[in-house]
Amino acid sequence: MSDSGAGIATSAAAWGLAPAVLLVAVVALLLAFGVAAVDRLVVSGAGSRAMWEPLRSGVRLMAEERRTTLAPDSLLWRLGCASVPVLALLSLAVVPLGGRTLLSTSADLVWFNAMESILWAAVWLVGWGPNAVHALTGGYRFLIQGLSYELPLMFSLITVGIGAQSLRATDVVAAQESLWFVLTMPVAFAVFLATAAAFAFWGPFASPAGVDVAGGVRSELSGVERLLVELGRAAFLGAAAAMATAAFLGGDAGPWLPGPVWQLVKTVGVVVLFVLIGRRLPVVRPERFVEVAWMVLIPLTLLQALVVAVLSLSGFYA
Amino acid sequence: MSAELVLQIVLTVAAALIGVGLFGALSQQSIVMIMMGFELALNGVLLAGGAAWYFFAPDRADAQMLVVVALVVMAVEMAMGFAAVIAAYRTRQVDMIDMAADLKG
Amino acid sequence: MLTDLSAWAVTAVVVLGALSVAAGIAVFVVDSMARATFALLASFLAVTGVLIAFDLDYLAFVTALMMTIEMAIMAVFMIMFMMNPAGLMPMTMVHNARGSALVGAGAFVALTVGIWTIDWPVGEVTRPADSTRQLGEAIMGSHMLAMLVIGVGLFATIISGTLLATARGRYDRFGADLRAARPNDPVPGGLPR
Repeated sequence: MSDSGAGIATSAAAWGLAPAVLLVAVVALLLAFGVAAVDRLVVSGAGSRAMWEPLRSGVRLMAEERRTTLAPDSLLWRLGCASVPVLALLSLAVVPLGGRTLLSTSADLVWFNAMESILWAAVWLVGWGPNAVHALTGGYRFLIQGLSYELPLMFSLITVGIGAQSLRATDVVAAQESLWFVLTMPVAFAVFLATAAAFAFWGPFASPAGVDVAGGVRSELSGVERLLVELGRAAFLGAAAAMATAAFLGGDAGPWLPGPVWQLVKTVGVVVLFVLIGRRLPVVRPERFVEVAWMVLIPLTLLQALVVAVLSLSGFYA
Repeated sequence: MSAELVLQIVLTVAAALIGVGLFGALSQQSIVMIMMGFELALNGVLLAGGAAWYFFAPDRADAQMLVVVALVVMAVEMAMGFAAVIAAYRTRQVDMIDMAADLKG
Repeated sequence: MLTDLSAWAVTAVVVLGALSVAAGIAVFVVDSMARATFALLASFLAVTGVLIAFDLDYLAFVTALMMTIEMAIMAVFMIMFMMNPAGLMPMTMVHNARGSALVGAGAFVALTVGIWTIDWPVGEVTRPADSTRQLGEAIMGSHMLAMLVIGVGLFATIISGTLLATARGRYDRFGADLRAARPNDPVPGGLPR
């Protein structure tokens, strides 16, 4: 990958490969736990003790005996389950942590999008693997939702790229020194958050794992595999919150406090926003969302990109 | 390692992908599998295009455009292929090439 | 002239190349159509890796993105149209296998002979600082015409693909006199209309 044009060295170059990878892994785990803990707190309303519940159930899943189904496609099933958390890690690799990214390419935003699209295959495999009807139904639902949210997500990321004049994540953060992108790109920000919930099939977009299909893609998961998928889902949501912070909320910029603290505060804020709004909305039926996405969200995000392009041409972001 | 040797290895891989893809497209009966053969051959074109950019003219974007065009060809082939499969299946329950032999001109 | 690739990159290119061919062969060997589809995806992702080694970051990521989505959709179609998608009852669905193998092998041999006999013009090259910017400027500049044609072609594909795939026209949706206030669709959409 070309490093030229990057003003900031990657975290791997600055701190060594192993510490940098470890940092991304630890941050991913913390983000996943944060998402699950905030979710528990808000949903149960039982006070701070509820927040440790995800940790307990995670440990229990590790010890749980795996059950299986008749004639599963074990290879693809395991591959799908393992891919979900790995892809969450990989998408976090281009999010600036402490001002540096693990990978810095000339197309970081496209990398983030590509990892999310490989998730299509992973989630479908989680549904296909067990040879069970509810799981496969969940997999199909994810693909339908994917066809709806993918283009709005791309356009909102492209809008960020237009504003920053670069697809490199560290450049995007640097471009927001004077003005956070959320102020001129509110539509792209909202669409990014909504699509993040959709690719983590969470909140109003949870129908691939809906209760009406007995848990959908999750219905046949048990033990470590269930833990991997749940962890990956939460980590993806956390990675999306971190990306939203970097792409729209100025990354680690802020007065008085050191950068990483600001980044943490903003990321946690986005996670709380996710949970507070996402948990209050009913689950959207995928076939309804298709029309809304194609008739409303795509034109809106295109208009947003046009506005940002005109602003950018007029030197607004310079 | 000399640049030419690396180039030749990569192009040989591309040729192998094209060969395997051609075999698949010609030998499979199911229309979906035939499309997978074409995709595999185009995968070889992507690889060769990338190698051409890297080894011959990285100062120009022409080879990159070639890869873009190959990607677009894949997308178009896929979209039209599936649309044609649906149309054929809807009108006459055909999902295998040999069942539509009367379409041969 | 020595290559600009590091020893690691050369190794990665060779391994990923071998992997892409092996996965490509697996597409037509495995019984399960799901495995065939994802073997093809593995082949694409291996080529993506090679493109990353060649500094073509943007094209590599776009290849991974497009091909994964394509393969996921392909899996849906495969289950819709194949009689044995999971390969639980192995069957062969090939015709003229020997002739096809000859044509495939012939193409490979002809190309390979060319590849190893031609004196390739590999010389000193200047590398751009940023291949993504180079492509973007080409699309919006010297190669704009190609991009315009691609855009129109894709738009035509969307329209003709939808037209071919759907059997319902406006008379089915809005009635013979086109007077129905709401379309009569088998699956209702999400907008109030």
